[in-house]
Amino acid sequence: MSFLRDTMVIFRRQEKLALRNPAWVIIGLTQPILYLALFGPLLTRLPASSLGVPAGNAYKFFVPGLLIQLGLFGSTFVGFTIIADWRSGVIERFRVTPVSRLAIMAGRVLRDVVTLVVQALVLVLAGLAFGLRAQLGAILISFGFIVLVAVGLASVSYATGLLTKSEDAFAPMVNTIVVPLMLLSGIMLPMTLGPGWLQGIARISPFRYIIDAMREAFQGHYFNTIMVEGIAVAAGMAAMFLWLGSRVFLRENA
Amino acid sequence: MAIIEARGLARTFTSRKRTVEAVRGVDLTVADGEIVGFLGPNGAGKTTTLRMLTTLLKPTAGSATVAGADLLRDPVGVRRRIGYVPQAIGATMGGTDPSCLVREELLDQAALYHMGRDDAVRRARLLTDQLDLTGLDQRLVKTLSGGQRRRLEIALGLVHEPRLVFLDEPTTGLDPQARSNLWDHIRGLRSDLGTTVFLTTHYLEEADALCDRVFIIDHGMIVAEGTPDALKRRISGDVVSLSVDAGATADAAALLRAQALVRDISSADGTLRLTVEHGEEALPLLLRVLDAAGVTLHSINLSRPTLDDVFLTLTGRSLRDDAPNDRPEDAAAPPRERRSAAQEDAVPAGTATKE
Ligand SMILES: Nc1ncnc2c1ncn2[C@@H]1O[C@H](COP(=O)(O)OP(=O)(O)O)[C@@H](O)[C@H]1O
Ligand SMILES: [Mg+2]
Repeated sequence: MSFLRDTMVIFRRQEKLALRNPAWVIIGLTQPILYLALFGPLLTRLPASSLGVPAGNAYKFFVPGLLIQLGLFGSTFVGFTIIADWRSGVIERFRVTPVSRLAIMAGRVLRDVVTLVVQALVLVLAGLAFGLRAQLGAILISFGFIVLVAVGLASVSYATGLLTKSEDAFAPMVNTIVVPLMLLSGIMLPMTLGPGWLQGIARISPFRYIIDAMREAFQGHYFNTIMVEGIAVAAGMAAMFLWLGSRVFLRENA
Repeated sequence: MAIIEARGLARTFTSRKRTVEAVRGVDLTVADGEIVGFLGPNGAGKTTTLRMLTTLLKPTAGSATVAGADLLRDPVGVRRRIGYVPQAIGATMGGTDPSCLVREELLDQAALYHMGRDDAVRRARLLTDQLDLTGLDQRLVKTLSGGQRRRLEIALGLVHEPRLVFLDEPTTGLDPQARSNLWDHIRGLRSDLGTTVFLTTHYLEEADALCDRVFIIDHGMIVAEGTPDALKRRISGDVVSLSVDAGATADAAALLRAQALVRDISSADGTLRLTVEHGEEALPLLLRVLDAAGVTLHSINLSRPTLDDVFLTLTGRSLRDDAPNDRPEDAAAPPRERRSAAQEDAVPAGTATKE
């Protein structure tokens, strides 16, 4: 099918460019690794009950949070790269070829997903080194979640980049959305520690549900409502953003 | 056979409560194998027209057949058959990624046209040879010179051997040498491959030197169309400059003014400037008249009107005063000087300057 073939052409091109300049992939990893090394040890001193995990395994709480943080920052800023490509005229050049216009987005998203999975693997291995105990099932499930998160966020990020066509508009916009969402997701500390009003507004962050589900998985709880909610939110968000992104890429003059 | 046939093509942009009628009803017919130029000042609507013809922008009105496919009903068919090289000025550049290798750009472009790997490699080699890019395969695009990068961009538009290629301001921003070098390549496209070339330019020398036919566009409308020579013939008269002995200027002027062919005459420092009809035919007559009266002639020069004179007559403005800011030394100079300086470096084939 030509859409898949086109997607692979774009994917390979983006992959080639990323490997030529791997600085960003590494920079993206340093932040969560630093948190793991310099913040993680603090958590191990907190009473396990406050984190909602069995005694002695704060990393079961912390690593899922860091995985989402990695996905959140790694995927929402990819829109920058499409602004650069639009400015160099590469996007227009692609759009005049018979290549599927959707593939121009899909190939990029695929590259971002692959990058994220590699980063996540490194992060989980580092977590294990620090003392994380987790079943393979839990790790696979959390990878499934971050892939869904990456697909959705990268799509919407590319669409936003292509619509704004300006780093100056794009960067503040993404920052004002991502930072509060991250804070409201309980990446560092459980939202249940917060006062009632904070817990209330935290309900609007979709990542809240996804992190909760990932933490359940790390505890070995694979089948419960928290998991169903998490999957529904992650899949719903991915589908909606993918659809939005497609709309923009198929527009005649995006 | 017409390779482009456009009727009433129009595009209006609506942004922030402001509407811009960028293109207002353009009719175009381009024959197979022509080099056609779209000449107009900045903002005339050249790029917008090109973006409509290449399926990048939906027309607000009108219709077109491009390379045998209907623009509105079969945009993918159009894309398959045409090549497009975007302009490299303004908000966006010419379509190459600074951090790609030259060879990668060519091979990726071929893959986007669904060419097989072997075909792609062969084609990339051929194009690098044809466009003087040999030996640059493994260079990063950002290390290329302006002329090399532009030639690469043109090569990308030709990867799939299109019958029709659109070049948006192919030489804008290049130095004169790179420009005339690129002209040769563009001529070669037609003579060697029979490719139809549709280019836009705001350089009248370029339109004059390169194009079989020129459409002059201003404010989104085509104001004139024809071969450069035919367009210039529409300007009534050629310019004859004569230099005579300083003392004989007044006599000579009186003598010449009496000739029916002479429309207008002005004199300065022993040089007479005449506007005449049918310059070539007028010349022998003028020589005879002066000779008979015993006036000694030091030199005589016949020049045709330029496309700028055509533009001036049609729109009341000069194209040269509208030069974009890509040549700061031009922009700094006062308009009159710019005009004469530009005329000096203009050596297009069509502008005959006979001694
Ligand atoms: N995407 C756009 N949105 C709004 N106005 C535009 C857009 N593109 C072009 N225009 C306007 O349309 C007019 C024609 O522009 P353009 O076709 O780029 O001219 P040219 O290529 O001849 O310099 C200009 O006034 C320009 O500002
Ligand atoms: Mg333009």
